[in-house]
Amino acid sequence: MSQIKTVLTEPLFSKNPIAVQILGICSALAVTTSLQVTLVMCLALTSVTALSNTGIALIRNHIPNNIRIIVQMTIIASLVIVVDQVLKAFAYEISKQLSVFVGLIITNCIVMGRAEAFAMKNGPVLSFFDGIGNGLGYSVVLITVAVIRELFGAGKLLGFEILPLVTDGGWYQSNGLLLLPPSAFFIIGGFIWVLRTWKKDQVEESEFKILPNTEHSGGH
Amino acid sequence: MEHYISLLVKAVFVENMALAFFLGMCTFLAISKKIQTSLGLGIAVVVVLAITVPVNNLIYTYLLKEGALAWAGEEFAQVDLSFLGLLTYIGVIAAMVQILEMVLDKYFPSLYNALGVFLPLITVNCAILGASLFMVERDYSFGESTVYGVGAGVGWALAITALAGIREKLKYSDVPAGLEGLGITFMTVGLMSLGFMSFSGVSL
Repeated sequence: MSQIKTVLTEPLFSKNPIAVQILGICSALAVTTSLQVTLVMCLALTSVTALSNTGIALIRNHIPNNIRIIVQMTIIASLVIVVDQVLKAFAYEISKQLSVFVGLIITNCIVMGRAEAFAMKNGPVLSFFDGIGNGLGYSVVLITVAVIRELFGAGKLLGFEILPLVTDGGWYQSNGLLLLPPSAFFIIGGFIWVLRTWKKDQVEESEFKILPNTEHSGGH
Repeated sequence: MEHYISLLVKAVFVENMALAFFLGMCTFLAISKKIQTSLGLGIAVVVVLAITVPVNNLIYTYLLKEGALAWAGEEFAQVDLSFLGLLTYIGVIAAMVQILEMVLDKYFPSLYNALGVFLPLITVNCAILGASLFMVERDYSFGESTVYGVGAGVGWALAITALAGIREKLKYSDVPAGLEGLGITFMTVGLMSLGFMSFSGVSL
């Protein structure tokens, strides 16, 4: 039981797949302009990760080592096709907005990474929860970025007006930069900064230390 | 001819795979510490994209698209296999990378050694799958998809080499502790992406 709790909570902050392991960044940047699309994407990724982890864990002892990547790919790709079809059937507008990024879940390194690093070594139940945990860790970052971008970029959340815009007679001057692609980089960079200030052990060693200024250390 | 040139310029600069669509980001950030390796990876991506996008285009047009199987006989004219697309494209990409690896190993060992471990890694690079998916979404013809594949690859290679150049200089600068490494790289890429956005004003 405690093991399940660990695999569920660890990926949220201390082993966050995006901020710490640099996995699955492509979609984190591209789909975060509106919160609604982001939520759908998080849901899709979490379910694919959890189910592919379970599937791979179930047959992990029967997969020949040489072709394991292809086997994993096939399982993941089939699950993504299911997700894609479901989205097209029930949320067509959102699936149009996500365009190629649903398909790109196949090559999302979080899914592959967890399959390879966790599901190949652990049982199906634990792998299922590991998938959920990592999906949630991914969602935490994405939702944070999406809330910032939609709230300050367009003054809305989930399409509802929160900050009335100047153009509509309100007081809030929207920040157009946040709706442009580069802003996602700045926000995630800032997110990593905050996370690493909070959890010091994640700070990377710099290759070249800059010596402290020596002007007080005496005459030359 | 003009149409192809403008498509190429668009794929390289305006719709840069890495800086406008954020595709292939994982490798983009992980393997951009040295110009030498980045360039090798960039070339590998160009080669793989230039092959897989046209091949996937042929498969889509003649096997998967609705009514594409009409050549096989009357009864197949209504078949729509496009839902199998994702599985097929990733299969083609994995197979192509494998074949390319064997060909390079046999005929161009020096290039093979230079690319090393990056070649198999390219299978899971989302820029490759992304380009194939964009090709389907935008309904490119065979010629267009070849040009698009090359352009997308060159754009990605350009971006990663530029980032590696910046990061080589960056390691001598004094960065706040929490931003060290990954954080500052994100900021740098953000600024590069901002720079590339100026191309979006180019009308072709």
